[in-house]
Amino acid sequence: MSLRRPVEPQGAQEDTLEALTLRREVPIRVVAADVRVWQRLGDVWTYRELLLSLVRKELKVKYKNSVLGFLWSMLNPLLTLIVYYFVFQIVLRNGIPMFAVFLLCGLLIWNFFSAALPGAAQSVVANAGIVKKVAFPREILALAPVGAALFFFSLQALILLAAVVVFQVHVAWAFVPLLVPALVGLVLFTSALAIFLAAVNVYLRDTQHLLELVLMAWFWATPIAYQYELIAFHLRVRHWPTWLMMLNPVTPVVVTVQRAIYGSPDPLSHGSRLSLLPMHGPVYYLIPLFAVIVVAAVLYVAALAVFNRLEGNFAEEL
Amino acid sequence: MGVAIEVEGVSKRFRLYHEKYMTLKERVIHLGNLPFEEFWALRDVSLEISEGETVGLIGHNGSGKSTLLKCIGGILRPTTGLIRVRGQLAAMLELGAGFNAELSGRDNIFLNATLLGMPKKEIERRFDEIVDFSELGGFIDNQVKFYSSGMYMKLGFAIAVSFEPEVLLVDEVLAVGDERFQQKCLDKMKEFQRDGRTIVIVSHAPDVLRTICDRIFVLDKGEKVAGGPAGEAVRMFRERLFGTPAASTREDGSATIRIGQVKVEHPASADREYLEPGEPMSIVVPFTASEPDEVKVNLVIRDVRGELVYATDSEVAGAGDLVARDSGSVRFRFESVPLLDGTFTIQVSIQSLSASVLHDLSDGEAVFQVMNPSKETGMVWMPAKAEVGSDPAALVE
Repeated sequence: MSLRRPVEPQGAQEDTLEALTLRREVPIRVVAADVRVWQRLGDVWTYRELLLSLVRKELKVKYKNSVLGFLWSMLNPLLTLIVYYFVFQIVLRNGIPMFAVFLLCGLLIWNFFSAALPGAAQSVVANAGIVKKVAFPREILALAPVGAALFFFSLQALILLAAVVVFQVHVAWAFVPLLVPALVGLVLFTSALAIFLAAVNVYLRDTQHLLELVLMAWFWATPIAYQYELIAFHLRVRHWPTWLMMLNPVTPVVVTVQRAIYGSPDPLSHGSRLSLLPMHGPVYYLIPLFAVIVVAAVLYVAALAVFNRLEGNFAEEL
Repeated sequence: MGVAIEVEGVSKRFRLYHEKYMTLKERVIHLGNLPFEEFWALRDVSLEISEGETVGLIGHNGSGKSTLLKCIGGILRPTTGLIRVRGQLAAMLELGAGFNAELSGRDNIFLNATLLGMPKKEIERRFDEIVDFSELGGFIDNQVKFYSSGMYMKLGFAIAVSFEPEVLLVDEVLAVGDERFQQKCLDKMKEFQRDGRTIVIVSHAPDVLRTICDRIFVLDKGEKVAGGPAGEAVRMFRERLFGTPAASTREDGSATIRIGQVKVEHPASADREYLEPGEPMSIVVPFTASEPDEVKVNLVIRDVRGELVYATDSEVAGAGDLVARDSGSVRFRFESVPLLDGTFTIQVSIQSLSASVLHDLSDGEAVFQVMNPSKETGMVWMPAKAEVGSDPAALVE
């Protein structure tokens, strides 16, 4: 095995200079009662290899010993899609044209969000063995499920892509660039919640159970299985501002994806009287997306601060 | 040489909840009045460890030694105080911590090594070396859940030592595994020492520590109570552990002959409380007799684990017939104590020769200590001289 630095720095005189320069490169780690939140922001980058490694572990372990493996990550949303399609289009006759594609746009976003959070909430508790024995920024544990969800997201995006090709959906190209801020906002927002939930769940194990209920309610509060305008219409009738809907940070993201991928087939051209999405230009969509990014960034820092505060006692609480 | 680890006034408080309220309902019910006790695992500990030094932390269970190690490693955060660590650090607190049972040995090497902070390229470069060292061979592609505990540990150890960190923290991992594996651990540790790396080891086995450490810090109830050269610190530790010897307290009124306080004298080192190997020693057994009787005094010396080291009695030791009258004493004189190191307990009893009656039995609380100033280990003092010859034949002659 090779050496990284001279064996006996005090040995010869000429070694001293070399030893000094080497010493300057050596990182100094400080362990103190409190860590600055700003220092933690960079940790994700510093520990990116660990994050990738943990994501890879999540992916490998999830479908280990299952026959269909990764296919499950595609089958699951497909089956959901079929059920919702049956209920909304055939039973309830909602009259949304190409409902499958519309639904898929929203489900894609929602699946990412709802797959990442439960795993993240349990991440620190589930990895108690590591938390007690190895030193590293623990928020990485919470971010790994987000990374894994992002991987499945990209697989499921392939299904949407296939649907777009098969059904010859006319993509609204003017809105496609908006997908970038939409995804940035979504990932940032999800990460913020992931970090927050992971820390709180160490102290209140209810969090993970409560989360299931909240996610179910949140799903129906987001225009995924129904159209944005359905609620906006009711708001307008009561003279309430429609931006109230955008207070749900997932809504602008979902609506943007729907507008970009699905929005082009003008419902009117299909003879439907339904208006599904806000009929505005890209800028109208950009403003709430921008707000989501800002809010998510603030939440991320706040979540890190909470995590930072609670982390000090993780090893004892577990 | 620079300072590798600086610990400045570190204290760590734990909260011991009498009952943990983990669910929301319980927390709401007991809102604001969680019963807990504060417990200071570390109190204002300060120490410095130089680069290239091997330092031991010793103390009994609950002394705070492991807590301090975890603080240095960044696993626990101190409540107050500051720790600076210079250089890449690796902590071997538990071999194979973070192994995932579902993954193969190969995947776990990557996972575990990144967890410990090794860059991926480095792992790829050292991969074969790690597999070689782990002695797993073809099993490396099996899932870890099928490994025996020995394989599991060997893999964990192979990963941990592949690091070559500037600072290595070790927590009693040496105590696990078979003898050959322990030897391998020790060899690796010595290799690290030769490379000039800094090592901090926690243990409650003083003998292991003394063989490898330059300095040892003794912790007791969260405080640093001593620190210094290995041998001296180990003696301090033993004093703390066993306390000061108390007098024999046998409150049985029927005994006609009673043993007083057993004394250990070592004239060659009267100023110290311990012996060095080969020094003379006397054990004095005073007694008082209300009725005269023909007796013999039995002497039993045991080590801390209770193993018999030496036993004799006054008859065998040449005192001949002994009649106890009023008061007197028996002195067992040792010209040279051939013990190397440790704390030894003395138990004496007085036995009647005529009617085999045991008159009195000391509580075995009299102790003496032998401290070895050099780095040999073991129980028996049998000093060896090593000679080096260039020609193997010369040694045979």
